[in-house]
Amino acid sequence: MIASKCYHCGDDCNRTKVLFDDKAFCCNGCKTVYEIFTSNGLSKFYDLEANAGTSPNEIPKKYDFLENEEIVKQLVEFDEEGIQVVGLSIPTIHCSSCIWVLENLNRLHPAIKNSQVDFPKKTIRVTYDVNDFSLKALVMLLSSIGYEPYISLEEFNKKNQKKDRSLIYKLGVAGFAFGNVMLLSFPEYFEVEEFWLDQYKLVFRWLMFAFSLPVVFYAAQDYFKSAIKGLRSKLLNIDVPIALGVLTLFLRSTVDIVFDLGSGFFDSLTGLVFFLLLGKYFQQKTYSFLSFERDYKSYFPIAVTRLNTNGKEENVQVYKVKKGDRLLVRNQEIIPVDCILMKGDAEIDYSFVTGESQAIFKESGDKLFAGGKQLSGVLEVEVLKSVSQSYLTELWGNSVFQKDKVSDFQSLTDGIGRRFTMAVLSIALVASVFWLFHQPNMVLNVFTAVLIIACPCAIALAAPFTLGNMLRIYGKYGFYLKNANVIERLAKVDTAIFDKTGTITTSNKDVVSYEGIELTDEETALLKTTLRASNHPLSRSLYNILKSNDIEILDEFQEHTGLGIEGRSKEHSIKVGSAAYVGEKTVASHTNTSVYISADEDFKGRFVFKNKYREGAEDLFVELGKSMDIGILSGDNDGEKKRLQSLLPGKIRLLFDQKPKDKLEYIARLQETNTVLMVGDGLNDAGALAQSDVGIAISEDINVFSPACDGILDASNFIKLPTFMKLSQKAIKIIKMSFILSLCYNLVGLCFAVTGQLQPVVAAILMPLSSISIVVFTTLMTNLLGKKLNSTQNNND
Amino acid sequence: MSVIYVLLAISISVAIVFFAAFVLSVKNGQYDDAYTPSVRMLFEDELLPDVDSGISENKEIEQPKSTNQ
Repeated sequence: MIASKCYHCGDDCNRTKVLFDDKAFCCNGCKTVYEIFTSNGLSKFYDLEANAGTSPNEIPKKYDFLENEEIVKQLVEFDEEGIQVVGLSIPTIHCSSCIWVLENLNRLHPAIKNSQVDFPKKTIRVTYDVNDFSLKALVMLLSSIGYEPYISLEEFNKKNQKKDRSLIYKLGVAGFAFGNVMLLSFPEYFEVEEFWLDQYKLVFRWLMFAFSLPVVFYAAQDYFKSAIKGLRSKLLNIDVPIALGVLTLFLRSTVDIVFDLGSGFFDSLTGLVFFLLLGKYFQQKTYSFLSFERDYKSYFPIAVTRLNTNGKEENVQVYKVKKGDRLLVRNQEIIPVDCILMKGDAEIDYSFVTGESQAIFKESGDKLFAGGKQLSGVLEVEVLKSVSQSYLTELWGNSVFQKDKVSDFQSLTDGIGRRFTMAVLSIALVASVFWLFHQPNMVLNVFTAVLIIACPCAIALAAPFTLGNMLRIYGKYGFYLKNANVIERLAKVDTAIFDKTGTITTSNKDVVSYEGIELTDEETALLKTTLRASNHPLSRSLYNILKSNDIEILDEFQEHTGLGIEGRSKEHSIKVGSAAYVGEKTVASHTNTSVYISADEDFKGRFVFKNKYREGAEDLFVELGKSMDIGILSGDNDGEKKRLQSLLPGKIRLLFDQKPKDKLEYIARLQETNTVLMVGDGLNDAGALAQSDVGIAISEDINVFSPACDGILDASNFIKLPTFMKLSQKAIKIIKMSFILSLCYNLVGLCFAVTGQLQPVVAAILMPLSSISIVVFTTLMTNLLGKKLNSTQNNND
Repeated sequence: MSVIYVLLAISISVAIVFFAAFVLSVKNGQYDDAYTPSVRMLFEDELLPDVDSGISENKEIEQPKSTNQ
């Protein structure tokens, strides 16, 4: 077989190649999507970007709950006169071909009136006619072409949230006023005593006053609010001197024009607010397609299938499930509550919860925990606890999740702000006292001039521009942070704690070793042929590593769900599966997942799957170990302890058998003396991630679930973590340097102010100049840091 | 009345018209998604009016790679 790329999705199609229309497809799903596209005139999809598709999942009955009208009503945005509008989140949107095909949905079904994609958010808004269509049909249609929407409890609950666009409005108002005021103030800067100007300068001045009103009372209101809030809690944050500066500028200018003392500082005032808001806007870079607030709600189903007393199936909302109910859990569905397995063979994937990707087998009578995903067949379960009381969801009751890390943290800027305000106020007082004795009529002039010129615009801009730019640079390298504040916290970290499974081990690559009697070539070939027919994840990974090129024709193949598979060719047979299935009684006390093999009813041996540590994990620990303490918290038993110890440098603390709550408490204890970084991946780390000073979630695919955290790190960039941390420290240094730079400007301005010579034109030049030079300086420096990251990348390649 | 008042009135009302247009565009959500329209624009020729004949011109379209994430 020649390995070729699937025409639709670009995967290698070596296992089950499907040929159609002279093109190779990796599976029937991809072929079907191709058929749908070409027969509806959407073949352009493949011209726009090659191999852009996503192979569809099979979901026979998963969306039955969308027949429930109550649920549909909650999900749609608009529902009147037979027209419904719905917004759906589709994580698989990734390229321009996706946009094109999704915006041409009406070609696939005439009832769809209109569809619009929001690419950065990965959402689609569809308008459709309900007469011969429904939400369920739409979801099924999307899934059938590989764009399965993501419908979760979280979205179900957060309906009708209004978008906050106030910052853009404020920025618009300030920019508009700044431009106009600047034009109006120009004449007086150039000609002071001229007949023509003298006649009209009052008009100009009052116009400027009018323009500055919305700036002070609307655009700058957040600074006043924050300053008042800070003062109430006896904190001098950076917004206090800013609010003071804005207020002084406005009052002094108004007094100036009322008593005809001068033209006022309206252009400085509007410019100041405009620049500050610009910094805020720049820092507000968010990754709207990622969610950093996810809890169990975002991946639990909205509705479940309940069997009522007559044995009939009905769809009910997950919150309505009570203890004692009988539920049906289908293939690929998530178990929403703690329950007891009554019927069926459970093969549960707990990877969301623990990060461990190997499925666990359960028999009827066993207890199942919420959060697992059923992988084969239908289960019937009896509910033990309601959703909110289940083992996993209980963790979210912990007060840690209500903690606001941003407001608890005193940022560098606020720290400077406190000292700065003190210094400015004392300079203003000293200067005023001096002038009181020399020229009492100058006192007010000097006092206000000091407050105006010392307004820390440049200081307030340094952090937003540096951190905002760093955020963007990190994002380019697959490190997505929740907000700019995280960078400052990251720079302070002195202890790093890692989760083991799924964090420092990868979940998509296993090390497989064989123990037992060597298999003959013939047996290996038969084994490979048998595995080829099975869709089980373990079969697939085993199939991929077996080195045999002979593919035989099976005379007989049987799959026993939850047990194993059996293949027969000519007179030989082979069995693959659990120990009990192949007839092996001595189950070794092994913690790793094993697949047992028997040929012609004779036990041969087993394949053991071991977690593989991420590439470069060793280097990473050595690198990090130089500057901080490292620890590993694992929810597993200590079977891997020796292997870890040999892999890692000596002073690492290893803790095993840690429950989610233990992890949280361990972090809390460490925080008494240290600043702690937690790196984890599953829901079981969620508590620790929330408790730690910086919680980073490692994710193989950033679009799928990751728990609530401060940052999401793409797993392929795991080894760059020490570099990211070093760069955050450098970013803090850049901010400090810009503080010094802006203080120099302030000193120059203060010389004018204390000598009573501050003309509006001086302020009008000095203020924008200092702001712009800070912006240029920080942008250049951070880009320089970004280059460094780029060069480390090249070295590693 | 001096001509300067007329000029001022005109210039400021023009500025206010543009400002109103900006506010309106923000309100209509034009600033919510600044990326997708840039891609959508390139597809305008690709919208096929009726059932596709199967032979669509195969012109290569240079796509801006989605680098904004």
